[in-house]
Amino acid sequence: MDVSIFDLTKTFGKVRANEQIRLHFAAGQIHGVLGENGAGKSTLMKLLAGFLRPDAGEIWLDGQPVKLLNPAIALRVGIGMVAQEPLVIPAFTALENFYCASPASAMPNLASARQRLLNYAEQFGFTIQPDLPVANLTVGQRQQLEILRLLALGAKLLILDEPTTGISALQKKALFEALRKLAAEGKTILFVSHKLEEVAEICTTVSILRAGRVAGEGQMIMPQPQDHLLSLMFGQEIQTKNPSLPQKSETSSAQSVWKLDSVTLREGSRSLPNLNLDIPAGTILGLAGLEGEGQQLFLRLLAGRLRPKTGQFWLKDVEMTNSAPKAFREAGIHYVPADRLAEGLVGKFSLVEHLSLLSKMPGLLINLRSAQAQAGAAIATYAIKAAPTTPLAALSGGNQQRAMLALIPAHCTGLLFDQPTRGLDILSARAVWQQLLARKAAGTAIVFASVDLDELLKYSDSILVFHGGRVSKALDRTDLSATQLAELIGGVGFVAGE
Amino acid sequence: MNLDQFWVDLAAVLASASPLILATLGETITERAGVINLSLDGTMLLAAMVGFAVGFQSQNVGLGLLAAALVGGFIGLILGFLSLSLRQSQTAVGFVLALLCTDLSSFLGNAYVRVPGVAVPSMPIPFLKDLPILGKLFFHHDLIVYSSFILTPALSWFLFQTRNGLILRALGEQPTAAFARGINVIQYRYFYTILGGMLVGLAGAAYSLDLKQGWSHRHIAGMGWIALAIVIFGAWQPWRVAFGCYLFSALQVLASRSQSLWPSVPTQVFQVAPFALMLGFLVLVNLSNKPPSTPREAQISLRWLSLAKLMLLMQGLLHSLAASPPAALGKPFYNDEP
Repeated sequence: MDVSIFDLTKTFGKVRANEQIRLHFAAGQIHGVLGENGAGKSTLMKLLAGFLRPDAGEIWLDGQPVKLLNPAIALRVGIGMVAQEPLVIPAFTALENFYCASPASAMPNLASARQRLLNYAEQFGFTIQPDLPVANLTVGQRQQLEILRLLALGAKLLILDEPTTGISALQKKALFEALRKLAAEGKTILFVSHKLEEVAEICTTVSILRAGRVAGEGQMIMPQPQDHLLSLMFGQEIQTKNPSLPQKSETSSAQSVWKLDSVTLREGSRSLPNLNLDIPAGTILGLAGLEGEGQQLFLRLLAGRLRPKTGQFWLKDVEMTNSAPKAFREAGIHYVPADRLAEGLVGKFSLVEHLSLLSKMPGLLINLRSAQAQAGAAIATYAIKAAPTTPLAALSGGNQQRAMLALIPAHCTGLLFDQPTRGLDILSARAVWQQLLARKAAGTAIVFASVDLDELLKYSDSILVFHGGRVSKALDRTDLSATQLAELIGGVGFVAGE
Repeated sequence: MNLDQFWVDLAAVLASASPLILATLGETITERAGVINLSLDGTMLLAAMVGFAVGFQSQNVGLGLLAAALVGGFIGLILGFLSLSLRQSQTAVGFVLALLCTDLSSFLGNAYVRVPGVAVPSMPIPFLKDLPILGKLFFHHDLIVYSSFILTPALSWFLFQTRNGLILRALGEQPTAAFARGINVIQYRYFYTILGGMLVGLAGAAYSLDLKQGWSHRHIAGMGWIALAIVIFGAWQPWRVAFGCYLFSALQVLASRSQSLWPSVPTQVFQVAPFALMLGFLVLVNLSNKPPSTPREAQISLRWLSLAKLMLLMQGLLHSLAASPPAALGKPFYNDEP
């Protein structure tokens, strides 16, 4: 389906989310839409999928103007969108999700829906068990389910909003294969992302949004030089050189922060056997693996929030096998969970209020002046784009993550991060890592879990691979290539540590 | 107590649960769509009064029932307008409506207090009524009671076997996902709030025109609140909700029988007992939300083994009763945000 957008404008209050967007997407191709967080990509896609109504402008499909008043109309004319967080109903099974609200003409009954789901899944090499509750599926599987559902409804334009966030390398490969196949069948694919490499890998054209407008000369044919795309995205020349490989530091003499001896973890049905490990001060350990292979169990063990089932556990040569979480915090161990707003921050509170919460001042009253001074200092040091009294929920992901860092004392023993740069744009991610590297230089031991191979390889001194409920030995970063790491995560050549 | 009396009592349990079944299943429908209608107690009182008054004036039971259903639907409409269209808190609106309707029923119903009126006629079903035991239990009732028998399996079938039932459940679980699938969430929620409200209204008239015939101030106060509790106890599953209704009804019948057995105990005790017992059940169910602990048989001596097994069984049973509400229950839905 051929899609033309003319002068599309959408405002929310005073914010101009989209302003006079004019683009054309030809059928049978994969079109990249790039932009940093808040550039207006999601708004544009929601306008196309009928989730939002434009204030002005028109959308034409195959040379005909259409009014996309709601998702029902958009679906009927063949537009389907897979949201970044796939819009599934967690309490339903995969099949019920697939079948729910489908027109009777497409699927007369549940049995025919099951048949269609299985047929489509096989066609694209996706593995989805129809009767499994969706709550048990990974983000990647939910996304696959949504794609299949939209295809079954006859989508001719498929919009994918940040489709590679939170999915495994294997699922990404399957996704890209499926998208190429769909484009070859004549479908139009919109691939929305802030990851340059992925757009370069799969898209025929690229359009860049910045601050609600189309940046530069409009749609461009790929490939394009990376510097050019980055400068269009951020409106400035930014340094694109990767930071050099971490130096092999003189770690042998450093004091160990965490030391594990035959530790076994168990929580519910998940377990990790026999961990022996020594994490020295001033090093970064990366945790690689598909989502939910036990990295979180491991991080929570190091944070003192999960006690070992068996084995012994030392923190700076003090045995902490059965200590309470508070003791870990007092020993200078800090944990930053993946979902900052759900577990890390109080969204409605500002930096001042967070700092007041943390302060150990005696008495009944808040020392507002001191908290304000601290907040001002934190904002300057960490380059947080906010006033001291802005609620943190109103900040972008990058600024939230920096605020999170600002709340952790500068000299701490160990830092634990789950997905430190998830959802951040390139600049914010780099800023976060600059802070982390500075802390590493100051002697903090850092452990982080990530699904981003580049991030793992760029910043870790050593890497643990999690696969199938087991953990590899600590692999030296300098001995690993990206391909090797991807294979290990997929289980190729994986050997559990002793 | 002889066996005949037992069957009579059991039939009374089935019959006296019927208004509760109408009300709880109506609320189940509404809550499954993601809307909490907290006005139940007031709605039932107002509908009971209006149903009785209309029946009395027109000397027509059917018109009375219809009027009661319309009152319930209208309260649902007000709740929908304030919470779905004007986006006010469902909880606050529901509470205020409950209070308002209660007082309104007393105020408007003054003229009808303790006047004799019309009633739903008994309608034994030919042939079936002559079946041994079953006939006495199930087929010696009236239309209200029969409809309560039918409603439970019908709603269960609708929720879990039909296309529209799937959509109804999606509305309460994940309205954004329903919206993405082309469903007009607000419109559907209006529909199910009004439909549920109509059943609640009918429940009110089922008291004033049938089970507790007549009207007086605060005639059936409290039944709406217990109905709300039963919906939670029943975990929004029609069969379990119905079971809760029958249980409560059985407790009431038991209490009234015990009253004659122990005349020294104040009657208030028996009136309150079903509510207190119901509360106990609710606590048990909520306690069981914790997953059952694994048996540590090594620590259990042989003497205690059977007791431990029994406790595990109880724990397992309670755990199977525990359930989570529709994920989006009571939460507003907006589709015009960035």
